Amino acid sequence: MASTAAVSPALLEQAMSIAPVPPEHWLIVAPVLVPLAGGAALIALRHRPGAGRALVGRLSILLLALTLAANIGLFLMVVEKGALTMVMGRWLPPFGIAFTADRLGAAFSLSAAAIALLAAIFTRGEAGTGAPAYGPEPFHLLLLAGVSGAFLTGDIFNLYVWFEVLLIASFGLLALGPDRAELDGALKYGFLNLAGTTLFLVAVGLVYGVTGTLNMADLAMRLPAMEGVPAVTLAALFLFAFSMKAAAFPVQFWLPAAYHTPRASTAALFAALLTKVGVYAMLRVLVMLMPAPLEELSLLIAAIAAATMLFGGLGVLAERDLRRLPGFVLISGIGTMLAGIALHSPGGATGAIFYGLQSMALMLALYLALFEAARLAGTPDLMKGGGLYARHPLFSGLVLALFFAAAGLPPFSGFWPKALIVKAALDIGAWWLAGAVLLSGFFLTVGLARAYMLAFWHPQRPPAPVGRGPQTGQAALSARPQKLALTTILPLAVAALAVIGFGLFPERLLQLSGDAASGLADPAAYVGSVFPGAKP
Amino acid sequence: MNTLIFRTIAPFLAALMLVFSVFVLLRGHNEPGGGFIGGLIAASAFAIQGLAQGVSAVRRALKMDPLGIAAIGLLLSALAGFLPFLGAMPFMTGLWIDLNLVADTVPVSSVMLFDIGVYLVVAGTVTAIALALEEKETD
Repeated sequence: MASTAAVSPALLEQAMSIAPVPPEHWLIVAPVLVPLAGGAALIALRHRPGAGRALVGRLSILLLALTLAANIGLFLMVVEKGALTMVMGRWLPPFGIAFTADRLGAAFSLSAAAIALLAAIFTRGEAGTGAPAYGPEPFHLLLLAGVSGAFLTGDIFNLYVWFEVLLIASFGLLALGPDRAELDGALKYGFLNLAGTTLFLVAVGLVYGVTGTLNMADLAMRLPAMEGVPAVTLAALFLFAFSMKAAAFPVQFWLPAAYHTPRASTAALFAALLTKVGVYAMLRVLVMLMPAPLEELSLLIAAIAAATMLFGGLGVLAERDLRRLPGFVLISGIGTMLAGIALHSPGGATGAIFYGLQSMALMLALYLALFEAARLAGTPDLMKGGGLYARHPLFSGLVLALFFAAAGLPPFSGFWPKALIVKAALDIGAWWLAGAVLLSGFFLTVGLARAYMLAFWHPQRPPAPVGRGPQTGQAALSARPQKLALTTILPLAVAALAVIGFGLFPERLLQLSGDAASGLADPAAYVGSVFPGAKP
Repeated sequence: MNTLIFRTIAPFLAALMLVFSVFVLLRGHNEPGGGFIGGLIAASAFAIQGLAQGVSAVRRALKMDPLGIAAIGLLLSALAGFLPFLGAMPFMTGLWIDLNLVADTVPVSSVMLFDIGVYLVVAGTVTAIALALEEKETD
């Protein structure tokens, strides 16, 4: 590039964006740049003598708040002006990498930043399990960088890169603890996710081989018109890879096996963000880029969705461990979102997006609350604890609200997207899919009511004889103080308020989800922001 | 592995490899080389030194945790991406200035800053892995 002067300006203009970039457009990359640089700085800081956990913890909250502010700015700008694009290093797409923020990406990125901030606040009140120098804070930031990157990138290979970034950060978080159980969970999680991302990479390679482009806007323009493209094969590969990420039916077993082992804030962060990245990728790649093959695969996806929902519901009915319970709620929710995607209609996509956004807050709150309940009860076993309602009535009330929201009962947030999806399913005559949504909601209601009766309403049971339990975590659980710290209650309460707020006043979120869904169905605005003047 | 010949040669070899790694890093802009391969060479130098002199000697000589070095590299790369903000250009745009030194002009760029960051990330991460593995072996 030192020889720029030798190239004629006219030629340069075809390859590079020469126009100056207004400073506010940097908000498109700020949700990735701030946590990435911040996480790096915290890793460098954590070994400095005298810096310690406290400083790193405080700085992490500051940096996450900054990221949240950047996300709010980006979201408001996108709502006002529509999709926005920044090209990396001035190189124009389809060859340069573009970051494109539309309503869907900006909304998901905004909620992810809020969730990460709440989880980081919760971490402040948690007793650390590892050495003081190895707190989870830097990894929270790096994880958020990966998640936001996945939500905002406009390049399908870049999406893969962000998948890897968040995978590495989540490995770090999972393997922080010294427990054997944690390593076991990390191994299962790691292996299956690695397989999933490798398949994703294979699919990306195939896309590049047949179309010669990886830019999503370019693909959205060209893929539907191309002939002789093995589109259904491509869509099926992507579907399988993202299903693994999202924990959909035949490949969901890693989730309940891994998500109960780490500390509460880590589990909650994973549950709230990682599976949503899989769902987001399905929305972006399958719904926006490959509508025609999606149509052909819709029956398959609907069957997967129904199986996932019912598996989650049955899991909730059968589970005895308070910390594993929310994993099945999460899986059932993934099924609900898949059902919305399978329906391939505006109502279905709106429902899936609405469900995804509210589920971030719901899953964070549910995981934090149930891990906290296991700690307060002294045991994660439903049959051994009990008596929480008598000791912590306010906390128990909060959990009841979360259970209602998880089961999809009105007036809480889970109700509206489920209603949308059921209606969309009945509209096209897929009564069995609607039935599966309702049946899994019924299972969840019964299962969560059972858990509530056993762990909260049941009088406290006498503690088990010492030296019997094989779980190593149990002694540590009961040894901790039996009170609720402010840093514990605050994130829980904020997330629960969001869940209740979405339930009572769904109009704004409904409008947003609807707009985001129509942006996927007709990506003209998305394409226009990457290629000004192009007609899809 | 712990022969007299190896222990005598290792410090010279490690020093030579470190110099060569910087050479590869700087050469990498227009010719084969670059931050990634340079970082790998540097990490191999530390690994050899760890085999010959023991891991704790290498840790003392490094003064910093290898992952801390990697983190500083990531920070440098992010900074290199951020610099164009000041010139109203998009993220990661390459910026160039010609430094007039006594005898010659040297073009210096944000691309090079990015590559130095990559060098540190790779060197730090791979060194951390290599030292951890060598530590286990000596137990």
